[in-house]
Amino acid sequence: MKELRLMKGNEAIAEAAIRAGADAYFGYPITPQSEVLEYLMSEKPHERTGMVVLQAESEIAAINMVYGGAAAGRRVMTSSSSPGISLKQEGISYLAGSQLPGLILNVTRGGPGLGTIQPSQADYFQATKGGGHGDYKLLVLAPSSVQEMADFAKLGFELAFKYRNPVMILSDGMIGQMMEKVEMFPQQARLTEEEIIKKYPWVTTGKTPDRERNIITSLILDPAEQERHNFRLQKKYKDMQENEVRFETFDCDDAEYLFVAFGSTARICQKSVQLARKKGIKVGLLRPITLFPFPSKIIEKLAHQVKGILSVEMNAGQMVEDVRLAVGGDIKVDHFGRMGGIIPMPDEIVTALKNKIIGG
Amino acid sequence: MTEEIIIAGFGGQGVLSMGKILAYSGIMQDQEVSWMPSYGPEMRGGTANVTVIISDERVSSPILNEYDTAIILNQQSMDKFEGTIKPGGTLLYDPNGITRHPERKDINIYQVTAAEKAAEMGNTKIFNMVVLGAYLKIKPIVKMENVIKGLKKSLPDRYHHLIALNEEAITMGMNSVIE
Repeated sequence: MKELRLMKGNEAIAEAAIRAGADAYFGYPITPQSEVLEYLMSEKPHERTGMVVLQAESEIAAINMVYGGAAAGRRVMTSSSSPGISLKQEGISYLAGSQLPGLILNVTRGGPGLGTIQPSQADYFQATKGGGHGDYKLLVLAPSSVQEMADFAKLGFELAFKYRNPVMILSDGMIGQMMEKVEMFPQQARLTEEEIIKKYPWVTTGKTPDRERNIITSLILDPAEQERHNFRLQKKYKDMQENEVRFETFDCDDAEYLFVAFGSTARICQKSVQLARKKGIKVGLLRPITLFPFPSKIIEKLAHQVKGILSVEMNAGQMVEDVRLAVGGDIKVDHFGRMGGIIPMPDEIVTALKNKIIGG
Repeated sequence: MTEEIIIAGFGGQGVLSMGKILAYSGIMQDQEVSWMPSYGPEMRGGTANVTVIISDERVSSPILNEYDTAIILNQQSMDKFEGTIKPGGTLLYDPNGITRHPERKDINIYQVTAAEKAAEMGNTKIFNMVVLGAYLKIKPIVKMENVIKGLKKSLPDRYHHLIALNEEAITMGMNSVIE
């Protein structure tokens, strides 16, 4: 029988991490994601699977614990919300530079600075363009339901190890705090040390006489070697662009206009599509599920079909830049957003479509 | 069937847990649900509200600008949400603490004196279940057996001895709707 539960997004991803065979979670409390740590603490996963859950002394300590665990080939996760994710950026750059897998959840809130505890999507640039230093990319997944919060924990670990690259789940306060029906996948066993060594020959679990030393580092002082390293990283990001683009379309078949929206805003836009169609406006919705790699090709394709595109985001206009790059300039592309923790309502999005795209 | 509900009142009145029980009841009869709370500064002591959607289809937006039903439990929420009910929609409120009664003519308005009934039953904590009963009398969108299953799912085991009392409160609410 299906195991259906009513859970908050934050609780669902915590439960899913345990079930995905996570070895450890390191975090530090911050609204609106504190339920992740709270749920893990109350579930006592060390009794269920042996998984370690630790409240670190700071966000920075937590991300560096992820680095250590990942270097040993463990499935390790951390979570925070916007200001805390900013603190983690140095560690995230090091993970990417050292080609380490790790799962990072950002339940975003309004900013900049300490901002507000209400939902926002203003961390899009930070997540997709490299929030830390250096030429690196995270693979970024944007859940738009509580079910996806659960499913992406499992998928995130798989992709992180597939590419030896940190994966970010870019959620927000709305998906984190709302409750929906979730179907939980069954418990997956944690890998044993023997299995880890066999599966991931690069891990640093102690040198054995039959192999060379494994070195995990982002420090490569020889410029020629550092450049070769950068080419290897770039090749990986290109592979992601070829193999990992994920998106979802709603009512696009006969669409004359298009919304592009991710995460919680994509949910609101589904309602806006219904409202607009009642008024005779043929609008569809494209929801990028991966923000990097960005679904540029489908947007380029739809740009040949529709008369205009509105990128709807809870920010001042960030993803709209990637939409414009994908479209290439033939049709009107504009942005509508609310900031500072204000969630756009379904009807105001329809009004924005009328004013900015149809009438504009 | 899609029912879009806002439940709004003071923090501590059981607004969020009432919404949770309703949502769980929907799951128990195989429907799609969403529960979106206000979790902002207002949760730290002022008003609290939750949007609950129960539907036969996948739920689109978990936040809304208009509702089929508003369940209103204080004056601030009356001021904020009376105007957001769809024409022909439903407004249920407890007159206790209401200084300005609803004025709209294009909606169906009901009262339940839930605070009074809960006090009569000797337990003010079951206030929200009296309100839930009144709502289910007006809109029987979930079956009573599924509400009980929902209660069992949302209450920790240590409170399961209170389910009978909750059921009584729901029945009390069902019998106390004033049109």
